[in-house]
Amino acid sequence: MDIKLDFEHKQSAHCENGVVSNLLRFYGIELSEPMIFGIGSGLFFSHMPFLKIDGIPVTSFRPLPGVIFSRISKRLNIKFIRRKYRRNPQKAMLALDRNLEKGIPTGMLVGVYHLSYFPDPYRFHFNAHNIVVNGKKNGKYSISDPIMEDFAELTSKELTRVRYAKGTFAPKGHMYWVKEKPKDINLEEAIKKGIRQTGKNMLTIPINMFGVKGIRFMAKKVRAYPGKLGPKKAALFTGQIVRAQEEIGTGGAGFRFMYAAFLQEAAQALNNQKLFDLSKDMTAIGDMWREYAIITGRIVKNRNKADESYDLAADQLLKIADKEEDFYKSLLASIK
Amino acid sequence: MKAKEVPQDDADMMRGIFREPVYSVDEKGNYTTVRSVGWDPKNEVMQQAWDNINEKIEAVRQKVLTGKLSPIAFYMEKQIMDTGLLAKYMGLWRWKVKRHLKPKYFNRLSDDILQRYAEIFDLTSAELKNIDKIKSEE
Repeated sequence: MDIKLDFEHKQSAHCENGVVSNLLRFYGIELSEPMIFGIGSGLFFSHMPFLKIDGIPVTSFRPLPGVIFSRISKRLNIKFIRRKYRRNPQKAMLALDRNLEKGIPTGMLVGVYHLSYFPDPYRFHFNAHNIVVNGKKNGKYSISDPIMEDFAELTSKELTRVRYAKGTFAPKGHMYWVKEKPKDINLEEAIKKGIRQTGKNMLTIPINMFGVKGIRFMAKKVRAYPGKLGPKKAALFTGQIVRAQEEIGTGGAGFRFMYAAFLQEAAQALNNQKLFDLSKDMTAIGDMWREYAIITGRIVKNRNKADESYDLAADQLLKIADKEEDFYKSLLASIK
Repeated sequence: MKAKEVPQDDADMMRGIFREPVYSVDEKGNYTTVRSVGWDPKNEVMQQAWDNINEKIEAVRQKVLTGKLSPIAFYMEKQIMDTGLLAKYMGLWRWKVKRHLKPKYFNRLSDDILQRYAEIFDLTSAELKNIDKIKSEE
């Protein structure tokens, strides 16, 4: 079976946005990565000290995996079919082949660790990565992986392995595809809904680990790290924050620049000058997050010595929190 | 951030396989993406994470070579797993996997179980049992 779908691959910063954007383009709907991100209310913040990976508290600049996807589906009225094949890899691969025969590009969740085309420093046991399979030739699947600049390839054995990666968010053969060519998209309404939820989530969740409160909460924690943990562990904890901010497909500054790009597009779509100005504010906030990363980078570089920069880092976070608080208030006011 | 100021600090983190798109503002004030090979603070924290992992691997390597732990402990650490994750891959209870980290129990493992461990680590069972191999593993 040799199949090559007429599927255009575009690289994106973040896999979930990228897969949705690439899939929709196949069905004639051109929405950029920032647009998908904004409509799906992808901007978020949480710092959860009780939740640890490898002994290090989890910080995240985005909602849980899959959330952007389901919001897009609801807000743009796009019907997806989703299937899981819990204990049956053969059935999962057969179902994929059948989809390809029908000409359906098929999205799926995979584990990153065994993705053979990934560079080693990026290979962790992260299981909520999204790719689209768009063809098969000589037993090898053609893969549109949003992280990559071009198409990649996986053998059937390799693809099966990553579809059945184990651990947190184990994909269990999960795959999804567009049910029918979407119609009646109300872009303006979807943009407004996306913006409203982002503003609300960042301002009103009554738990101090989330949104703007979460940034202040983290500032307090960071300030206490060196006294509480000693230089090495403190540097590890604070370094992890910058990894979440810069490493994991955020497009820079913990998705803040991507969101600013969204606001620019949204300003045009809604013909709303205020959003254009807010985009500039968000760019400035992104630059502040970059300064925070520079301070942290220095701490990490000198990680075996005591370091006074933790106060500096915490102060920077408090400044960011103040700016972001004002920002989301203006954002909510701008679309009233 | 301005498009022309997007850092290109290469620490070979992406092994030349791809560059990451960074959102930034062009001369006209419009958002665009610029592909970047890296940025110093980001390279620094990634390297830190890997140094941390490599230190742990090194510590376990010594324990295996001195007979305190079984080779499974080494390859588990090397694949950045813990007993919980390895137990899921094996389809075994976690306490069983924990036991198999001890040389005493490891030496009594059935061929079948040994083979399953080896497959997860991309080894043959002979390689898994060969302690000398651990000396030279990078």
